[in-house]
Amino acid sequence: MKKKHHQLIEEIGVHTFLIIASLIAIFPVLWLISTSFKPESEIFTSNITIAPQNFTWDNYKYVLNLKDGIFFTWVRNSIVVALSTTILGLFFATTAAYAFSRYNFPGKRGMMYSFLLTQMFPGALLIVPYYNLFKQLGLLNSYTGLILAYSTTALPFCVWMLKQYFDTIPFELEEAARVDGLGPWGTFYKIVLPLSVPSLAVTAFFSFITAWNEFMFALTFMNREELYTIPVGLRSFVYYFRTDWHFMAAGAIMITIPVLVFFFFMQKYLVSGLTAGGSKG
Amino acid sequence: MSQPELNTAPKEQPVKESLFLKLKKNRLAYLFILPAMLAMIILVFYPLALGISYSFTNMNQYNMGSKFVEPSYKYVGLDNYITIFTDPDSLFWPVFKQTIIWTFTNVSLHFLIGLSLALVLNRQIRGRTIYRMILLVPWAVPSFVSAFSWRWMFNYDYGLFNWLLAKIGVQPIPWLSDPLWATVAVIMTNVWLGVPFMMVVLLGGLQSIPGELYEAARVDGASRIQQFFKITLPLLKPVAFTVTLLGIIWTFNMFNIIYLVSEGGPYNSTQILVTYAYVEAFQNWNFGISTTYGVIILSILISFSVVYSRVLKMSSGEKVY
Repeated sequence: MKKKHHQLIEEIGVHTFLIIASLIAIFPVLWLISTSFKPESEIFTSNITIAPQNFTWDNYKYVLNLKDGIFFTWVRNSIVVALSTTILGLFFATTAAYAFSRYNFPGKRGMMYSFLLTQMFPGALLIVPYYNLFKQLGLLNSYTGLILAYSTTALPFCVWMLKQYFDTIPFELEEAARVDGLGPWGTFYKIVLPLSVPSLAVTAFFSFITAWNEFMFALTFMNREELYTIPVGLRSFVYYFRTDWHFMAAGAIMITIPVLVFFFFMQKYLVSGLTAGGSKG
Repeated sequence: MSQPELNTAPKEQPVKESLFLKLKKNRLAYLFILPAMLAMIILVFYPLALGISYSFTNMNQYNMGSKFVEPSYKYVGLDNYITIFTDPDSLFWPVFKQTIIWTFTNVSLHFLIGLSLALVLNRQIRGRTIYRMILLVPWAVPSFVSAFSWRWMFNYDYGLFNWLLAKIGVQPIPWLSDPLWATVAVIMTNVWLGVPFMMVVLLGGLQSIPGELYEAARVDGASRIQQFFKITLPLLKPVAFTVTLLGIIWTFNMFNIIYLVSEGGPYNSTQILVTYAYVEAFQNWNFGISTTYGVIILSILISFSVVYSRVLKMSSGEKVY
């Protein structure tokens, strides 16, 4: 009897803790959603209400119609840059990750460390040489420049993730394929790659998201409004005009929802990929 | 969490085959790696070397040159380093102190909150999947969006926090215009942002601990607190150390939150080394000084990681990376 009572109290405690934590986790997003549906008069007031009193779509309409649809231009820029970065990263990373996973060769350790080391590079150390090189080559204000800069993080990230996934594919499959007369390239191309489609998709997704969210390089290299990516474009609502929180919120919500949806499908794969290297089973 | 340890190719037989075969195998491996390695050299290591070399010059926006103008910056030896470390006007030491406070507070709170949540989520409770999903939201939302949202909540006149404070009769707080409060504000934002990653990774670590260990301990009469200290913590250690190291590196280099929430202000009081290096480059246009900051940051992180892994290896014989 006493034990049961104790358990009940414990369960209430656990749920209270989790509910409070969940509220904190989700609140800034809910607040953005609420802000995005409020008319201006409910934004610049000290008489705040949690939910909009006069619900309106005007902020969304304003953002979508701004300057002949520049919001769509920003979205397009972000997609072009993020997608190219992802394709480039995967293209270069896949075979390398496979080699790191399957072969033991002199220099492997050093090379893997050099990939890991890029995690520690402060953007500030690369951004200046990039700025200088791009200036000489005329790559400032161009997609190409930004894509190259993003590849510096995307490529090692893809190699690292894919290596962890390849490690989980049983080696026997490849041995069987070799017995059947497939060469190493054929084994990779016909056996390993098809098996890895899900992990390639997950890696692609996260490398896409990283580029999609990047701010510092985009802010520095793209100085013309029609070349902004989404983060830099949204920032113009926050800083340059009078701070238009309601418009910023509407724009932010529109680009956050798709990311959120995909994220929840993909997140469990990311964690195992990122941490497998450091933990022992 | 049960993947094989790094650097041991899974299931590969110890190669005792002929030397020829071994060479042939390796040749293929190098061929597979070549494209990525070339890309890394061109995209990462060459610019890195350039960046390091700039730290020994007086490069700024006027003498850097362009497509049409020859660069005219000069090598100045260690001048930038000397200026940064010894000049009375240099902001290095205050910014360094702020960076340490920022990193230490953030990672400790990430770890403590993340671990508590992971421990709770590791139990059989109703609604676990839903809690887990909601708790991941801060990680899923693009960090610049979160930064804008928090900045909006910190607004002095119309922000949510000051309204809540007014409700309970507390004076409004100058969140972003007072050095101390601005520090609190950026740390609050970043703690919120970083907990989910720590939580999921630690949860993964907890789930890989075999349940039989706890059963055996229970049979032997160990209390839950004993189980936590004798089973959970020691077995969680490798994961915990790796994720903490990652957390320290990421937090040390976190640009978005500082730059977008407080802009490093007021009066550079919330500036950390990376954001300040950026300001030196693209507001003061001192590329020489900025890259010197970059080199200093990189040296700090590399030496820290080396020491950290050594200590870890000595203490447990485990390997990080």
